[in-house]
Amino acid sequence: MRNQQATNLLFELSRPGRRAHRLDDLDIDSPDVEHLIPDEHRADQPPPLPELAEGDVVRHFVGLSTLNMSVDTHFYPLGSCTMKYNPKRNERLASLPGILDVHPMQSEGTTQGLLALLYDLQHMLAEISGLPGVSLQPAAGAHGELTALLVAAAYFRDSGEDRRIVLTADSAHGTNPASAQMAGFKTKAVKSNADGLVDMDDLRAKLDDQTAVFMLTNPNTLGLFDSQIKEITDLVHQAGALIYLDGANMNAILGITRPGDFGADLMHFNPHKTFSGPHGGGGPGAGPICVRDFLAPYLPSPIVDKDDRGTYRLRRPDNSIGRVRSFFGNVGVLVRAYLYIRTYGGEGLRRVSEDALLGANYLLSKVKHIMDVPHGERCMHEFVASATKLKKQHGLSAMDLAKRILDYGFHAPTVYFPLVVDEAVMIEPTETESKETLDAFAEALFRITEEAGDLVHEAPHTTRISRPDDVTAARRPVLRWQPKSETD
Amino acid sequence: MAYLFHTDADRAQMLASIGADSVQQIIDQQVPQDVQLQRPLDLGDAAGELTLESEMRRLAAQNSSASSHACFLGCGAYDHFIPAAVDEIASRGEYYTSYTPYQAEVSQGNLQVMFEYETLITQITGLAVSNASLYDGGSAATEGVLMALASVRNREKVITSEAVHPEYRDILEAYLQNIGATLVTVPVGDNGDSSAIISAIDEQTACVLIQHPNFLGRLEDVTAIADAAHAKGALLVQSFDPISTGLLKRPGDLGADIAVAEGQCLGNPLQYGGPYLGIMACREDLVRRLPGRIAGQTTDRRGNRCWVLTLQTREQHIRREKATSNICSNQTLLALRATVYLSLLGPEGLRETASHCLRKADYAKRRITASDRFDIVHDGPVFKEFVVRDRSDDVDGLLRHAESQGILAGVALGQFDPSMNDCFLVAVTEKRSRDDIDRLAAVLADAPCRSAVASA
Repeated sequence: MRNQQATNLLFELSRPGRRAHRLDDLDIDSPDVEHLIPDEHRADQPPPLPELAEGDVVRHFVGLSTLNMSVDTHFYPLGSCTMKYNPKRNERLASLPGILDVHPMQSEGTTQGLLALLYDLQHMLAEISGLPGVSLQPAAGAHGELTALLVAAAYFRDSGEDRRIVLTADSAHGTNPASAQMAGFKTKAVKSNADGLVDMDDLRAKLDDQTAVFMLTNPNTLGLFDSQIKEITDLVHQAGALIYLDGANMNAILGITRPGDFGADLMHFNPHKTFSGPHGGGGPGAGPICVRDFLAPYLPSPIVDKDDRGTYRLRRPDNSIGRVRSFFGNVGVLVRAYLYIRTYGGEGLRRVSEDALLGANYLLSKVKHIMDVPHGERCMHEFVASATKLKKQHGLSAMDLAKRILDYGFHAPTVYFPLVVDEAVMIEPTETESKETLDAFAEALFRITEEAGDLVHEAPHTTRISRPDDVTAARRPVLRWQPKSETD
Repeated sequence: MAYLFHTDADRAQMLASIGADSVQQIIDQQVPQDVQLQRPLDLGDAAGELTLESEMRRLAAQNSSASSHACFLGCGAYDHFIPAAVDEIASRGEYYTSYTPYQAEVSQGNLQVMFEYETLITQITGLAVSNASLYDGGSAATEGVLMALASVRNREKVITSEAVHPEYRDILEAYLQNIGATLVTVPVGDNGDSSAIISAIDEQTACVLIQHPNFLGRLEDVTAIADAAHAKGALLVQSFDPISTGLLKRPGDLGADIAVAEGQCLGNPLQYGGPYLGIMACREDLVRRLPGRIAGQTTDRRGNRCWVLTLQTREQHIRREKATSNICSNQTLLALRATVYLSLLGPEGLRETASHCLRKADYAKRRITASDRFDIVHDGPVFKEFVVRDRSDDVDGLLRHAESQGILAGVALGQFDPSMNDCFLVAVTEKRSRDDIDRLAAVLADAPCRSAVASA
């Protein structure tokens, strides 16, 4: 019989009266709870949480962990997500008590070490982006997008300009239009041309005195650097609008080019992508933003400043939009980003991007013999192949390919994104994979094309589950465990 | 170098396969010369692990912390005890180096944790559905309001109270500024009654955002506010303290439609404010407005029970500009920690933790007010946090003095509200020993007053 300790739910393992955690007896005299909390506020019982021994809990969660693929255990070429190695030293150093146990409401006098680090990080991000104003506060990339758009909205409001439209590229991450909408803008999509770059005619047609911001990803989600970038930013600026750079792909251009230098006015970083912060099953990340000097007064509060005496202080920018998050931001993630940047230094960071480019172009040179790669011979840090031809010839969809590659011990590439490529398979090896791994991955892709048939359509075969029924999950949602008596 | 792999021989072979002379050539083929950076980034030299470790230890030593000081600071971030098993499990690479579960087959660990987390959140909120987490308590409160605005059609007014965390209200203001909603903030009543907030609710009100226990530690009359909101067709969004549910009635039981919280207190370290854990749960009928990721149960092609991300039609990667939220990531690692924490505590452990907080806070109140210099500002019940008035009106000097004696004694309230310049907020968790509390009281009582210092 198979051990069910991991795959049973906590609630099914529960046994009344089991306990893992017990506090020492109270060491003070105090009235009973009943005397301190009036009846109308007091619950008769605590919430019906599971009752478990510590051994139950540890075995359960360790067992579940083995059902995950992760960067520590597998090659994870998930395009656009940038799954590079997460350095162990960063975990240890971010966990020093003087970093981990600092309370966010401590006085500035008691946090000078941490504020110095954050101040330095602000400068590092300004140097990498070429944009001097920095806020470390946003909690995720999409949160950075929203924050920057709130900054842009405040700037235009102050300038007395009523600009209500945000343009997004049709290949953009879906968060771009969603963020624009949340910041109160209407959005219009700018088409891509046959080369996968911005369609300049379409941009010209859509750009007018109503345009507030053009949100652009460069390198874009096809892994291509838009060579028209200066022309694009000039056009947008001539229309009086701002350029927002979605920094999701910054790991491709570190030290090679800077958003500020090619015309961006605002941008966000994804430290978990660019600076290797681990992403823990989907988060936490962080989303610091950098802006041009004339936008800096609108940044959210607080930022770290240094006074004449060399003391670090938290400061509210003059025309601040307020706050987008409580306290300072995702400091633990920012500390890891700082350590990563320090580990490489200026020249090393460029080497990171060069190796990311080298790995991606190497894999591209192999994959193009297996699948169509609609956009070009070269790429930056990632590329998008298409399974269209494989589908016609072998009945092999992008999803089939993704599922079967799991059996070979690799995480799947991103599939069906970006939307501008049919049967898209988006591959990003990152700089922290060896040539041997890339060769093995290409070999696996090739072998799958020769397998075809049920072996592929029913893949994966080696994982605990296979091809879950998403449709039923969404039509009849079961979103929590309930005791049998309640579900009957 | 650091975490790179390729030898010179690898690079040469790879370039040959690509058909390029150099990486610079690959760059030149794509990035126009005139936008290429012609110098190295000015970030200093690479630092080795040994150097970084000693620098970081020096830097960390410059900070006080809840490890070096007895910490009585609260305001939404609390120094609760974290059992060792939480750190041990969360530091497994299979959890912290994994990504969003886009491929369910190789993410069942994370997906099941999300489902278990969601179930635990429904258990502590008394509401039917939970998402798999948001950024933090402040943005969760704001997302709760946005969700209510989207659910209650054609109403634009949002009512909140000064007793809601000031930073949460700042976030709300920043978010609402551009989307045509009106924010009405009701002052705190002297006697803590809820009549002001109740009388502000009208037919234009989409929702009311309250906090219970509130920012000043006091208990609110949630049921009365919920009834008043519902009578006018508005929703109640309640920000709550998860630990308090060990003793206090849950948001769902009090009539809240949407419950939001800062989940840092559930097994997550302070780390100077983040990353934290945004908790959000709601009534069943609001589920399709619930922002963020949600894991759900289903079966696979072999009939096995399993878990997937679901209801993604709400999400930006499908609906794009029609999405109801732009939230893309979540805080799975912190949700994992909360899940492990609540599993370890169980119902009795949670009750015990809440009870220790409550009773130690009560003890601290009595000890602090043994000195004539201090008053407790509000009578009436609190949970683990309360406001102290310094009759000598030298809160900053007092708190600095306590720091020098190894105690982080409280948060000065004047920074949020000038009328509370002589007040500070003290939080007491189960971690504070009798000795910590006695020392706090003694250090506060013995602190020099500004007048005394001036005359000396």
